[in-house]
This record gives sequence, structure tokens and C-alpha cells, in this order.
Amino acid sequence: MHAEIKAAGRRINFAQLASMREAGLIVIILALCIAMSFASPHFLTWGNFRAMLMSFSIEGIVVVGMTILLIVGGIDLSVGSVVCFSMVVSGALFLAGLDPWTASLIGIGVSALIGAAMGFFVTVIGLNHFITSLAAMVIVRGMCLVVTKGTPLSLFTLPPAFKAIGQGSFNNIPYVILIFVVVVAIFDFLLRRATAFRKVFYTGSNEKAAQFSGIRTNQVKFWVTVLCSTLAGLAGVIYMARFGAATPTFGAGMELNIIAAAVIGGASLNGGSGTIFGAILGMALLSVVTSSLILLDISVYWQDMIKGCILLAAVSIDHFLHRKKS
Amino acid sequence: MTQAPILEIRGLSKAFGAVKALSDVRFELRRGEIHALCGENGAGKSTLMNMIAGVLQPDEGDILIDGERISIHSPAAAQRLGIALVHQEIALCQDATVAENIYMAAINSRRAPLMNFQKLYADAQKVMDLLAPIPVRTRVADLSISNQQLVEIAKALTLDCKVLMLDEPTAALTESEAQRLFSIVRGLKERGISVVYISHRMAEIFSLCDRVTVFRDGRYVATDPIATVSPDDVVRKMVGREITQLYPDKLAPQEPGRLLLSVEGLSDGRRFADVDLQLRAGEILGIGGLIGAGRSEIAQTVCGLRPRTSGTVALDGKQLRLRGYGDAVKAGLVYLSEDRKGSGVFLDLPIAANISALDLARLTGRLGLLDRKAEDRQAKELTGRLGVRMAGIDAAVSTLSGGNQQKVAIARQLSVSPKVIIMDEPTRGIDVGAKVEIHRLLRQLAGSGVGVIVISSELPELIGLCDRVVVVREGRIAGELTASELGEEAIIMLASGVQDSSNQRQAQNVA
Repeated sequence: MHAEIKAAGRRINFAQLASMREAGLIVIILALCIAMSFASPHFLTWGNFRAMLMSFSIEGIVVVGMTILLIVGGIDLSVGSVVCFSMVVSGALFLAGLDPWTASLIGIGVSALIGAAMGFFVTVIGLNHFITSLAAMVIVRGMCLVVTKGTPLSLFTLPPAFKAIGQGSFNNIPYVILIFVVVVAIFDFLLRRATAFRKVFYTGSNEKAAQFSGIRTNQVKFWVTVLCSTLAGLAGVIYMARFGAATPTFGAGMELNIIAAAVIGGASLNGGSGTIFGAILGMALLSVVTSSLILLDISVYWQDMIKGCILLAAVSIDHFLHRKKS
Repeated sequence: MTQAPILEIRGLSKAFGAVKALSDVRFELRRGEIHALCGENGAGKSTLMNMIAGVLQPDEGDILIDGERISIHSPAAAQRLGIALVHQEIALCQDATVAENIYMAAINSRRAPLMNFQKLYADAQKVMDLLAPIPVRTRVADLSISNQQLVEIAKALTLDCKVLMLDEPTAALTESEAQRLFSIVRGLKERGISVVYISHRMAEIFSLCDRVTVFRDGRYVATDPIATVSPDDVVRKMVGREITQLYPDKLAPQEPGRLLLSVEGLSDGRRFADVDLQLRAGEILGIGGLIGAGRSEIAQTVCGLRPRTSGTVALDGKQLRLRGYGDAVKAGLVYLSEDRKGSGVFLDLPIAANISALDLARLTGRLGLLDRKAEDRQAKELTGRLGVRMAGIDAAVSTLSGGNQQKVAIARQLSVSPKVIIMDEPTRGIDVGAKVEIHRLLRQLAGSGVGVIVISSELPELIGLCDRVVVVREGRIAGELTASELGEEAIIMLASGVQDSSNQRQAQNVA
């Protein structure tokens, strides 16, 4: 990769950089897969792939929102808590007698409201995303505990039609994966083509210049914050359908995995750059690594350490490329 | 005076890369005098101060203190020699208290492990009270800019210096604060401290200083006792250069067309008040004035980028109701920011995306999707017209030179086919070639009926390019100069408030 950059010299541009990043990730993922197929007979099986896809599909929905938020120059540490809150609110409403579909919609709606509240503090009060969402992470986690009184909700009475979202499949492809693919396809397309999402790039790249171009950057930041929380809420109800339970501690630490995936995929913490496809590849890489570590019988205790190192390497490369550019 | 001057500069030169900031300058500061140093922006005043204060090292030449050749390696060395510099830009620790800032140098050189804050606060308050009753336990960030400037000066007073250099100390001060500063400076003089005083304001120089030295384009011009010269003389010495740049031809007199933009009684309640402006089709109107006079604020308020408290803006005879800049753009009124990298362009984004940012709606088809082909077409058309030198419209703007980045920013303004275009420092920091191209382009735009307003701190640009110039001083229109009246002296006099010699005498008498 290094040599390519040098050769391209001044002609390098951002789209090329991003696609190089994506190509690089694909190469690394494929290389890992090939190596693993020799190391473990279980790796290259549909069962294992399905398990890997399942494992990151739902998180992948959250990654989509996080990537867009990173592009606008924000960050959201509360997604893990919001996923959980959406889950326990929907679960509690269902147990209170509401039908699961309405309960889920309310769960997603409440998640959107949390996003709106954060958006308010960021745009009107003027706090930054990091602090606002850190506070929200703790507050919303507390709300999960309040709603459930600290004990997991058992939802085995959920109707089969609802559980199918998380457990069923169509032609042997789990609905979870289908939903994930649809969400990714929609937002990847919108991010590249829709005018509204172009404003996300302008705002993240140079907020002042965006204002001097007549873009209402606060509106943009507000709605992207809402979108990120809404997608987290959607992920929450899918988890509920999948597990048939709602645990008040679910999703703790999820935000770090999600931010790591987006950053490995090329989203810059300074805003202005990132792609959904790249972020999903970042997620896939982390997932392949996890799966490999399990199949290779490496102690779980090593997993976080290795993932952390991958993140550090990715961010270092990012930093290096940015310095090159200027 | 037979005694050696306390500070003497001989044959000093300094270059930054290929740019010669100072060549072979001299300067002499006598014991107990207040010596004004004058010159336009870029004349080399601040560079000289920084070398005396040990911030920069000269390439050639000598610095003598009390007749002895010395070299000043660092700001700390300058301090030991009794030289203190109050910078033009405020350089305080924003999160520390006033007292901690005032005694930063002393705190820094202490060996004791603990601070006696009681004593620190008491001592600092004593120094501060000389200037203004600012509580020294306040955090610097909570002070106004003028109070921060006073803290900066208080800091220099504690250094027990022999030579005090003040670089535009009154730029951010109110009149009464400035008066207090003057009496302190006079007090210092009585105590035998020598002061170098840099300022653009002739009234101050003539009421406060004993002698004046003028620099121009990095060269020494003259030193005179203040009693033997007039403000006009000084201004003439500051400016006296020939304009060698090529500017496009101006309008023939009486040619300007219909009234395009009319601003009446515009105020923002803070930075400027009662501004009237008229712009006619076909003319280039210049806005001159000192940095900080409120020129950018006026332009931004006209365009709806900042809120106004009163006044009206009419474009092509129609009153504009601006809720935001977007409305101004729709009406055909656009503003190019002076800070290219900070708020002018999106460095990370491709050229095409930079150009389309101002009016996405026009490139948006049904379903809210961006028409990428139209965007590319527009980018190719405009970059071609402006002669942007680039690898392609997909290249990031950061890959372009300053001049070409500016052309991209201008292309963005042109993408909406504006009726009036306001350019804030359109050629700042770009090379001469690109500058000439941009000037031609502006003249061409004006020729095609677009109203052009140029805000510039560069006098030759205002004079060479504009058909008419209004000068802003301290948030008000100080005067207007027609093509035949345009000259550097006339602009400087309006900008600095020295209208004529009778005014000047008044100022001296008041002081």
C-alpha cells in the first residue's frame, strides 16, 4: 500500500484513498481466511460463515449510524446503552400486554428521542459529542436498570412471527443478515448520492466553510445524531427477537467495538471522511479475527488485546496517510 | 547626547526562505526615550522586535546594548538583558489566572517546590492596578480581549526591564484604557526606561513619542524627532513606493449602471453601526480599513451570516429578508471568506464537491439525489473558465496551490450566477501570477454586470483594482474615495483617523 501511495504522488485524492483502504482490508480479510482454512477444518464451512455473519450483522446496523456520525465529526459512546434500552423498553411493554410490533416501534422511537436529546445538547447547548454521549451512555444504562429492576426480562412468550426476525431465515439466509444487507445498501447509496447526506461530508470536513456555504450545520449534526440512535434502537429490537430475552447489562462495551470497526474502515475521528462499505469491512475483519482466535483455541483473554492492537495499527495508518496529504 | 544608546541595531538582515523580511536596517534607541516605529503591514517591524527579543535570530548584522555587541539566543536571554516585548497577538495561558500569567517568568525560574499564592496574588494585584482594576484571581479566558491585552502589558511591567517594546498595544483597547496606558508609558520613561512603540495610529505616536523611525518593505527609511515632522510626512514615508503591479483597466467615469446593492443604517449592536453602502452594476467597490475595523463583520452581516440589530439591505431594488446565508445566496448575494483554509474551502473534499457546496438544490434531482453528472459538468466548466491548474476535478482541494484553492472557492461563488459578490481579502497569501488572474476575473465579472465588492488590507490592491473605495474605521464608514481621489495616503488617513493637519493638532492638544 505504501508504495502505491508514493507512486501516485500528488494526484492522490480522497475517493482513491478510501477505495485503497477498502481494497487493503479485503486483501487482509481474504489472506486471513485462506490462512485459517489451512489451520482449521471448521473455518471454511457455511456454518462458521453464517455464525460470523450473524454475529456482526446486528452490530453492523449500529456501525452504519456510527460511521455517518463520525463523518459529520461526532461520536456516540451511548450506542451500547441505547441498544439495550430499546430492547428492555420493548420487552417490558410486551410483557405489559402490548403486541410486540407496536412495542418495538415504541422502543425504536424512544431511542430516536434519546438521540434528539443528545442532538439538543450538542447543537443548542454546545457541548461536544464525546461528553454528551458519555453522559448519555451512563444515564441510559441506568434507565435500563430502572426499567428492569436489574433483572433480565424473559420473553419466551414472544409470538413466533416476531421471533422469526431474529431466528428465522429465508432460503437458508437468516432474516438478520437480510435486514443488515438492506440497511447497509440503503445508507451506502444515500451517503454517496443523496444531497442531504452530502451535507454531512461538508459539515464534517469544515464546519465553518459549510456555514459559509449556507448549510445549516447544526441541523445536519442534530439529525445525524438522531439517526445513529435510531439505528441502535432498531438493532436493539432485533436482538430481542433473536435472544427472546432482554438483559439490562446487554451491549456494555459494544460502542468500542463499533467505533473501532468504523475507524479501521477509514472513518476519520476528525470528520469529513468514511464509507459504510469500509466500516463493514472493518467489522468483518474484527469478526474474522475473533472467529479465528476461537477456532485456534486461543484463550478468550487474548482477544481484546489483539483487537486493540489491530485498531491501533489502523489508526496509525490513517494518521500517516493524513500527514502525507498535508 | 554623548552616552551610547541603550539599544542599537546595525546592518541587520533577515530572510524567511526567499522572502527578505529585513535588509540592512538600523535603529537606535536612546536612554529614556519613547521611540515610535512605523511602517505598513509587512514592513518588518514585528520581525525586528522578535529579533531583539530573542525569538528570531538575525542572518546578518549586530545588536548592541549599551554600546556592546551581543547576541540574544532566546527570549530568556533577552529577559536577562532587561528587554521585554509585548506581542501584538495575545500569548497568555487562557486557563491560568491573571496572577499566574503576570508572574509566569518568575514562577518558571523558581526552585521552591511550593507556591505562596497569597503573596503571588497580592503582588500581581499591585502591578495590575497600575493599569486597570482587574481581579488577578480571574481566569484569563474569562477576560475581554482588551483586558487580556492589559494583562499582557502588566506582565511586561513585572520584568524589571530597561527596554520595553510594545507592538500595537492599543489595537484592542478602548480610548480610556489607551489613555491610562499612555500615562504609564510616560511614567516608565521618567524612571529611565526606554520604550519602542509600534502603532498605526498617528495621533498616539504624535502625542506620546519623542522620535519616529519609518520602515518600508523591510528597509530603513528615516528617523526624525517628532517635533520636526508632521503625520503627513510619516505616512508619505511609510507608503512612498511605486505600484508596479499590473491591474486591469478601470471603468470610464460616469459609466456605472443601475443601483444593485443598497445598504442603509446597518448595525449589529457590537462591532459596527450605521453603515450605508451603495453598489452599482459594473463597478468594483473597495472596502478599506485597519484589521479589526469591522469590515468582515459588515460584509457578513449584509449577507445574513451574522445577525443585525437594525438597517436594511436591498438587492436590485428589492428589500431582502435574510434568515440566514442560504436566503442571501438564493437572492444572488454571495460572500467569499477571508480565511481560505479555515472557512473557505473543504480541503479533504474533491474540487467538484467544493464547487457545488453553495447550491446543492440546483444539482438535486427528484428523490433528493445528487446529479453527479451535472456536478461534474459544472466543475469542469467553472475550473476551465477560471484556469484552475489541477490533476482533475476529483482531486482533493488540499493538493492545489493557494492561488488555485482560492480559484476553486471563487468558482463556488460563481456557480450560483450571483448578482453581487463580496470578496474578503481575495488575494491574501497567493502568488503574484494568480493574483493578476483573479483581478482580471473580477474586472471581467464587473464588466458583465455583476456587482463586485472587494475587502482588502492591501492598499495597492484597493487603488489598482477598485473604482471607488469606502474606508471603515472602528465600525463606522470613515469616508469614501472616488477613483480620482484614490491614493495610499488618503486611505491611511481615513483608516487611522488622521483627516488633516488641523485634526491632528486637536488630537495633540487633547492628549
